[in-house]
Amino acid sequence: MSGLLDRRLVFVTGKGGVGKTTVAAALGLLASSRGRRALVCEMEPKGDVAAAYECGPTGFVPRKVGEGLFAMSMDTEASLREYLRLNLRIPTIGRIGPVASAFDFVATAAPGVREILTVGKLCYEVRERHYDLVVVDASATGNIVGQLAAPVGINELVRVGAVRSQTQWMLEILGDPALTGVCIVATPEEMPVNEAVDLARRLRDETGVDLAAIVANRVLPELFGRSEEEAFETLASGEGPAALAALVGREVDPVQEVLDAARLAVRVRRSGAEHLGRLREAVPSDVPLLILPYLFGRAHGPRAIRLVADSLAEELGE
Amino acid sequence: MTARQQESGLEELLAAKEIVIACGPGGVGKTTVSAALAAGAAARSGGRVLVLTVDPARRLADALHVEGLGNEARRVPASAFAASGVRPKGELWAAMLDTKQSWDALVHRHAPDAATARQILDNPLYRNITGRFARSHEYIAMERLYELHAEGEYDLLVVDTPPSHDALDFLDAPERMAEFFGSGLLRWLIAPYRSRLVSLASRPFYQVADRILGTQFLEDVGEFFLLFQAMYDGFAARARSVSALLREAQTTFMVVTTLETVPALEAGRLAAELAARRLHLGLLVANKVLPASFRDPDAAAVADALQSDAEHLARGLAGSRAGRKSVVPGDPTELRRVLEEVGRSFADFRLVAQREAEVLEEMAAAHQVTVTVPHLARDIVDVGGLLEIGARLFEGVQRPSGGSA
Repeated sequence: MSGLLDRRLVFVTGKGGVGKTTVAAALGLLASSRGRRALVCEMEPKGDVAAAYECGPTGFVPRKVGEGLFAMSMDTEASLREYLRLNLRIPTIGRIGPVASAFDFVATAAPGVREILTVGKLCYEVRERHYDLVVVDASATGNIVGQLAAPVGINELVRVGAVRSQTQWMLEILGDPALTGVCIVATPEEMPVNEAVDLARRLRDETGVDLAAIVANRVLPELFGRSEEEAFETLASGEGPAALAALVGREVDPVQEVLDAARLAVRVRRSGAEHLGRLREAVPSDVPLLILPYLFGRAHGPRAIRLVADSLAEELGE
Repeated sequence: MTARQQESGLEELLAAKEIVIACGPGGVGKTTVSAALAAGAAARSGGRVLVLTVDPARRLADALHVEGLGNEARRVPASAFAASGVRPKGELWAAMLDTKQSWDALVHRHAPDAATARQILDNPLYRNITGRFARSHEYIAMERLYELHAEGEYDLLVVDTPPSHDALDFLDAPERMAEFFGSGLLRWLIAPYRSRLVSLASRPFYQVADRILGTQFLEDVGEFFLLFQAMYDGFAARARSVSALLREAQTTFMVVTTLETVPALEAGRLAAELAARRLHLGLLVANKVLPASFRDPDAAAVADALQSDAEHLARGLAGSRAGRKSVVPGDPTELRRVLEEVGRSFADFRLVAQREAEVLEEMAAAHQVTVTVPHLARDIVDVGGLLEIGARLFEGVQRPSGGSA
């Protein structure tokens, strides 16, 4: 199995709110810091990647955000224009408007057409070796299978035409585990784990794209070992809080608050560990599970991306 | 403002409303908060309350007894309330949105005859469009809401909106849907299929489209739209009614978020967007908020002492003093580590709590209807858990001028 960063195209996905963008941005940063030319592309042009790097707005033309690190936002119309120019040699200057809106219309109705353009653009960057690694801040779990399965679907729906002839090389890139992989991000909670498990299965059943890694994001630290937990329980119950309060020279209330807080942390951690256990069990054992710690100090922005990249480096151990 | 008035804020709001639409960024607990609002409303006021969920977590679905159910609403048994010592004044009903079933029902309703309906349902593109059409889920959720409201079976409808990359997609969905099926482009697209004559205007498009997609595929698309057009009038009228319902006085919106920076920003944008569209924001819920005790300076001082003075404290606790047995018998080294960890963990969470407080302050300044729900250490597994959150919603709403809307 290829290491995550040895691939050329990595799709980062997961349920909404789990930190897909953070992980994608960190993967790009890590790759570039190891001397690989990396492109991070957000599929939904919301400016999330730009916010993560604080690099200013991103567009279809990649923007340099660091040494060997570039960021872009997907744009279907720009992608269509490039496609027409590169593949059909159709001059489109000033003429794209009506064609694009009509195309947009067909693309809306015909699943796979839009995806062929956007996923095709990513595959194109890989094929042309413009970058060593293309990291995709992909759609949420609900849509990613549709995107990755599009080349297969289009082969079934479209029997002739240029699009069909274009799908073969895309399938070769997407289906090669040495080149392409999906990285599913989940937080240690019920729904994100459910969606990750479900997506892992659907990737296998409905697409030929390899599952490269699972990232467990925002994992709380383990506070106590087993015997320490017993000591904590004794401390937090009975006369423990009062005795501790006397020793620190404080009221018992704030002591109780601190102990309650630790209990909350232990409970949340434990419930998270159960969900992660479920995730580990449901995913083939050769797929690495990378653990990223909860960031108490910084939750977003370049500093958080740097910290996550450091944790990823540690987990990947490469 | 008296405590009593505070308590009645949300009840008064809900008495004046028939529909609550929950929206917000992904992963913030919208579904749980929607269910909690419905459970709380059913417990407090007489009447039938329905929560329409989109994709509930299994345990929440179990709690609501909607596991495996489709569009058909089912009553949450009163016994589920009794387990937590509550005798609900009203009835709680729950249903899960089944997108495909709802679309099929829509086709049956609007198709001119059964044969056309059959043809549409059998068209290979139909499944693809209804399954993946951008905003298809959003539209169908609003469509279901309209239908439920029109049936008049419930006093209050609480609707959870589907996850989407733009949390307000569902607002535009009905109009876009009507636009989509009524647009000139659609007629343009169908024309050559009908007449086999490519008009002068559409020729450049077809030349390009043929080369990209192939004629056969375009004909498939054309046939589908031709069939669909037979339903257009009913469909468009319906979409307009759905759209209007969202704007009516009996509809209010509940924005749910956490106090993490990114979701909170998105929630702020959502609230502003609702205002710009003159839609009623009834409630802004900050979910999974750390308890205020994390910001207690006295507790912070204790946490500091635990970290800096752990060894001394551990000895004091482990050792027996003045004829009393030790408070925490066992290895003092182990106890020292426990104390340090407890102190460190508190300091960690305190940082988060401080950030949250900052975000909350801004939110509450901008929106008087802001209410917080504490972070619960457990997943919600029963109606009792929902009622616990519901209580926070109902007791936490402070509405301006003594609770009038």
